[in-house]
Amino acid sequence: MMLLKEILSKYPQDPEYLIEILLDYQTSKKTHYISAEDVSRISQHLDIPESQICSVISFYTLLSMEPKGRYVVQICHDVPCFVNDAANIYEVLVELLGISEGETTPDNLFTLEITECLGCCNESPAMRVNNQVYTNLTPAKVEKIISDLRGEVK
Amino acid sequence: MVNLKINNIDVQVEENTTILEAARRNHIDIPTLCNYPDLSIKSECRVCVVEIDGQKKLPTSCSTIVREGMVVNTNSPKVLNARKTIIELILANHDANCTACPKNLNCELQALANKLGIDKNRFPTVLEVQPVDDHNPVLVRNINRCIKCGRCIDMCKNVQSMGVLDVMGRSKDSKITPAYGKYLSDEFCTYCGQCSSVCPVGAIIEKDDTDRVWEALNNPSLHVIVQVAPAVRVSLGEEVGMAPGSIVTEKVVAALKYLGFDAVFDTDFTADLTIIEEGNELIERVTNGGTLPMMTSCCPGWINFAEQKYPEILDHISTCKSPQQMFGALAKSYYAEKMNIKPEDLFVVSIMPCTAKKYEAQRKEMRIDNINPDVDVVLTTRELGKMIRQMGINFEDIQEIPFDKPFGITTGAAAIFGATGGVMEAALRTVYEVVNKEELQDINFTQVRGTDGIKEAEVVLGGQKVKVAVAHTLANAKILCEQVKAGTSPYTFIEIMTCPGGCIGGGGQPYGTTNAVREKRIEATYNVDEDMPIRKSHENPDIIALYDEYLLKPLGKKSHHLLHTHYSSRNK
Repeated sequence: MMLLKEILSKYPQDPEYLIEILLDYQTSKKTHYISAEDVSRISQHLDIPESQICSVISFYTLLSMEPKGRYVVQICHDVPCFVNDAANIYEVLVELLGISEGETTPDNLFTLEITECLGCCNESPAMRVNNQVYTNLTPAKVEKIISDLRGEVK
Repeated sequence: MVNLKINNIDVQVEENTTILEAARRNHIDIPTLCNYPDLSIKSECRVCVVEIDGQKKLPTSCSTIVREGMVVNTNSPKVLNARKTIIELILANHDANCTACPKNLNCELQALANKLGIDKNRFPTVLEVQPVDDHNPVLVRNINRCIKCGRCIDMCKNVQSMGVLDVMGRSKDSKITPAYGKYLSDEFCTYCGQCSSVCPVGAIIEKDDTDRVWEALNNPSLHVIVQVAPAVRVSLGEEVGMAPGSIVTEKVVAALKYLGFDAVFDTDFTADLTIIEEGNELIERVTNGGTLPMMTSCCPGWINFAEQKYPEILDHISTCKSPQQMFGALAKSYYAEKMNIKPEDLFVVSIMPCTAKKYEAQRKEMRIDNINPDVDVVLTTRELGKMIRQMGINFEDIQEIPFDKPFGITTGAAAIFGATGGVMEAALRTVYEVVNKEELQDINFTQVRGTDGIKEAEVVLGGQKVKVAVAHTLANAKILCEQVKAGTSPYTFIEIMTCPGGCIGGGGQPYGTTNAVREKRIEATYNVDEDMPIRKSHENPDIIALYDEYLLKPLGKKSHHLLHTHYSSRNK
């Protein structure tokens, strides 16, 4: 995880770069979110009100003000994935993780989300875990992905 | 120049004019809602849509620039239907219980619905009632009435550089709140009330204290007195339909007597007193190497701003209480003694152009007995307007009455406190003559007048040239504060007022305050000054008598106890 200070130093001290800073920092954090403390420090650094930063974060679904699991699992629910059994894959994920949409596992490892098109319709159904996209999903494949991710942590 | 047709009328306007401006200049009315003079164009509400020949979509006239040969229709069936639908949709997500709203009959949404002939709504309400923020003594934010026009955000963020409010969330889930949905009292809110001044509906409003005043007036064991701020006499008329800039000084006195106040006093008197104390403080700081530049302390919004955002520079702020609080302190000491009234039987009300004054009056520093507030209740100009209407007073024709004694004589110097630059000019009139021991040739310091954001002047004091500066709005104040903080400020004395135009543009002034209205009130303010027989605070015989009889000398022991205060950091 990079320190906020390091990320801030990568960009000009200009409110124009707010979104870049927010995205870059959120991606670098295991908790995938911008905390109130982060907002306060970015506000001081860029000399813009905290309310403006919260406004931007709350506008983009990609940005979060709530902590998320280490792995954010996003299953696509658009039409091609849907007709290729994405709903069933979602149920498998619910079963495996013990959480439903928008929730995080008690061990803070996984957050389950539903997303719009990931651009992999030809290999649907698809899901994304952090920056990695997985396609042609089957229940067995999903089970392996999740268990591999669990293994990675151990 | 650009030629176009609006509603079949040939119109010629300058390039880069918006359709809305072009229409208005040619007396064609296009209704608006989020639009507000002097603020930025938002095109949030879509009420001002028009039809342009050859375009399928209806663009907003507030943000569309005219083009040569454009054919615009502002009232086609398609436009009228869209406009009506927009208002119906807004009303479906609005607490439209109008008679239970302080803005009833003063609401831009209500007026617009009426104008568009909306007497029923095709859409069922989708309002999800949310809690009201009334956790501070000044402003009530009722999000259920908010129509998300964004005027308050613009005012708070761009004019005042504060940014307490912004849009959270997106689309139908969006709402205007402080970050994390916090209360105003959790934020760096200065309570300037400029948001309430531009809110088209009743979503942000000052806390109504009129009931507390009625109660006091109807309590026979209380002696209820009232003070009237300089800026109220050039604005209260608007509350009862008079033209902006009407001077109603002695009508206000008459109306207050009619409401039942035992005595009606002029805050101008303690404005004169402020000049004597603050002027002497400045002279002392200059001669004894005190902290400079010295900054004025009359404006409670500015004090809140400094305590929260610039605690490092609090030593620069004059220790003088504001005229409101000097009056309160004198009322509960000097006046109570003179009239042989127990301070606890004395109820002091202020009529102020300001919302932040409500906060100031509740500060624990503003209690000479350390228990009871020196000023019991602060009413805004708008709240006094409400009381006058409640009593059915024919304000315009009321028989004028002068202010009561013992604070009867005031000067032109005090009268101009209400306009940006006024405190500076009043101080210079006195400081110049006291220091240089010579009469001013021209007492009008016109360099510090007017609506420029930051004004500068140079004066010769004791053979030395000193620079002074005047700023209004917190965005401008911030510029001067940064200089002071960095130690690069070239000034000796700085006046800061929170609201655009000074107190005449205060957050508690009648609705519809625009720059054009501010100019009228400022003009009236200087007319009041011109008409005063005495125009310098140090020549006020009642002030001289007060020092002889009671205070003894400026910055003396009694003055320090009653008229001075201190500030503390509230940086979160």
